[in-house]
Amino acid sequence: MKTMIDRVALIGRSGLDVLAATGRSGVFLFNALVGRSRFGNGFQLLVKQLYAVGVLSLAIIVVSGLFIGMVLALQGYNILKDYGSEQAVGQMVALTLLRELGPVVTALLFAGRAGSALTAEIGLMKATEQLSSMEMIGVDPLKYVIAPRLWAGFISMPLLALIFCVVGIWGGAMVAVDWLGVYSGSYWANMQNSVQFTHDVLNGLTKAVVFAFVVTWIAVFQGYDCEPTSEGISRATTRTVVYASLAVLGLDFILTALMF
Amino acid sequence: MTEFSDYIVELQDVTFRRGDRIIFDRVNIRIPRGKVTAIMGPSGCGKTTFLRLIGAQLRPDGGKILVNGQNIPELGRDALFRAREHMGMLFQSGALFTDLSVFENVAFPLRVHTDLPEDMIRDIVLLKLQAVGLRGAIGLMPDELSGGMKRRVALARAIALDPQLMMYDEPFVGQDPISMGVLVRLIRLLNDALGLTSIVVSHDLTETASIADYIYVVGDTQVLGHGRPDELMNSDNPRIRQFMKGEPDGPVPFHFPASRYMDDLLKGDRKA
Amino acid sequence: MRTRTLELTVGLFILIGVLALLVLALRVSGLTVNATGDTYKVHAHFDNISGLTTRARVTMAGVTIGQVTAIEFDKDRYTGRVEMAIRGDIDTLPADSSASILTAGLLGEKYIGISVGGEDDFLVDGSEIYDTQSAMVLEELIGRFLFNTVSNDD
Repeated sequence: MKTMIDRVALIGRSGLDVLAATGRSGVFLFNALVGRSRFGNGFQLLVKQLYAVGVLSLAIIVVSGLFIGMVLALQGYNILKDYGSEQAVGQMVALTLLRELGPVVTALLFAGRAGSALTAEIGLMKATEQLSSMEMIGVDPLKYVIAPRLWAGFISMPLLALIFCVVGIWGGAMVAVDWLGVYSGSYWANMQNSVQFTHDVLNGLTKAVVFAFVVTWIAVFQGYDCEPTSEGISRATTRTVVYASLAVLGLDFILTALMF
Repeated sequence: MTEFSDYIVELQDVTFRRGDRIIFDRVNIRIPRGKVTAIMGPSGCGKTTFLRLIGAQLRPDGGKILVNGQNIPELGRDALFRAREHMGMLFQSGALFTDLSVFENVAFPLRVHTDLPEDMIRDIVLLKLQAVGLRGAIGLMPDELSGGMKRRVALARAIALDPQLMMYDEPFVGQDPISMGVLVRLIRLLNDALGLTSIVVSHDLTETASIADYIYVVGDTQVLGHGRPDELMNSDNPRIRQFMKGEPDGPVPFHFPASRYMDDLLKGDRKA
Repeated sequence: MRTRTLELTVGLFILIGVLALLVLALRVSGLTVNATGDTYKVHAHFDNISGLTTRARVTMAGVTIGQVTAIEFDKDRYTGRVEMAIRGDIDTLPADSSASILTAGLLGEKYIGISVGGEDDFLVDGSEIYDTQSAMVLEELIGRFLFNTVSNDD
């Protein structure tokens, strides 16, 4: 009986811990983004992070986008063939990518590649007391270290999602038109007729922006909040990937229900 | 117990808790200006916490921390920024910024707190690196330095703004004899040459006692005693004596609390 | 990495991203640059607008000349009131033209096709198109087919 009560208490405590962590992360975000910074070269720092977070993720995004676009065209063709509607494969590929796969897959890949790297980097800076020494010198690590990384994530992930979609559509075109024999005119014309800029492209972009915000926030916070040991850092990195992925998938459902 | 004329740092009735544990209970410490003061004690008693409290990285749960007359925990952001200009801290691992070169590391506080032109910054960086003997390493990256060299660069960075107060967090841990000797010499030299006040937190008795003008021994949430090194060596207090003489058993017991030895042996093959 | 190269690479990255957005806007979604041009509004009432959505095309002779801007229910006439915006330079539509709701292909969406009438007066801003043909509802078609088959057997 006692162990049952203990278990319930444990669940309650973990629940409170989660709530406390969420609160901490909110304050953390606010302090990082709001307020002036005391050093001049914030832009330089941002550029450096845009490179580390955005440019270096291009490779995986482009390759994945290409393959996913090609697979979509392939599978889509097989399914549409039964209804005699192979010519609609263009709009299928485009809509699937723009509305769902583009933002979601980009966010998941980003969480795994850039997110985990951010967590590990910041965690290591915490463990080697770099953040503390920065604070002692009088520089707020939230503004100097965290904020540029946050903004870099917010800016680069939506761009990556757009690139993902374009590469995917083009890959789908390669498979559908050059390989499967879909008439090139139909591929693009059907696509243009059914894809609406505000409804599909902008909504997909909005999703990407929301995902970018959530994934980068989680990645950066987990690094900042981790235990300053090697074990703590590895746990934090795992947490980033898991939480960010779950958050993206959950938000995708909510956003899709709201938008479409 | 010596009385000095001028105290740069005063901890008055400072209490600090971490979770449920009390780390300090109404502790009073006074750091005399211009001298090297050591804060020593067994591991885990919270010595490093002192430095973080003085540097305002942590807030005390009670009491005042006066640095040059200002109560640090009550300072606003701008006042704290100005106060930190006069404090330098050397962390245990050096804590150099790994993505910046040695030059950029030492120049960092200068760029943050001053508007000096580039050539002046370069001159000051060269000056500080010369003082720690690493002017030749100016273009290297931190991962190209040995542990001892990293600490010396971090020291150069800490004195870049010519602070009044230098704090050293366990500077002697894990050092080979040569690096240890260099560091010990530098701490004393810089203190006297630059007119600094130094606070050294350490549990390394021999090295610290050799350069300290005054020692505070801390343990068990209290200050166990304080005085000049020779005064403490001949202290009556058994806890201070155990610490200073390095005795394995005494007020800090050798045996971890356990049941009677005979009972344990007679339990046979049971594990607990 | 040197700062200059870094900045150039990042700038390129952002440029590619923005370009991707443009490609998506123009090539993939068929956004036309003159979408917000000079237009005038006409409306029509349908008994059944089933499947028609706002922003659907309005065509004549197969050429897109405007789009649907609003669809509402008319409480007095119990019909669907569809409002369309026609391009300003297409101002020679006879007042007795008819509007039908058509389907584009098998999986396609609904759009409005306008057939030319014969009157001398033209449609202007605020005109109503009186001659309308509602959307084809599959169930009705099947029902009519069955009805015809049954009545032919008599």
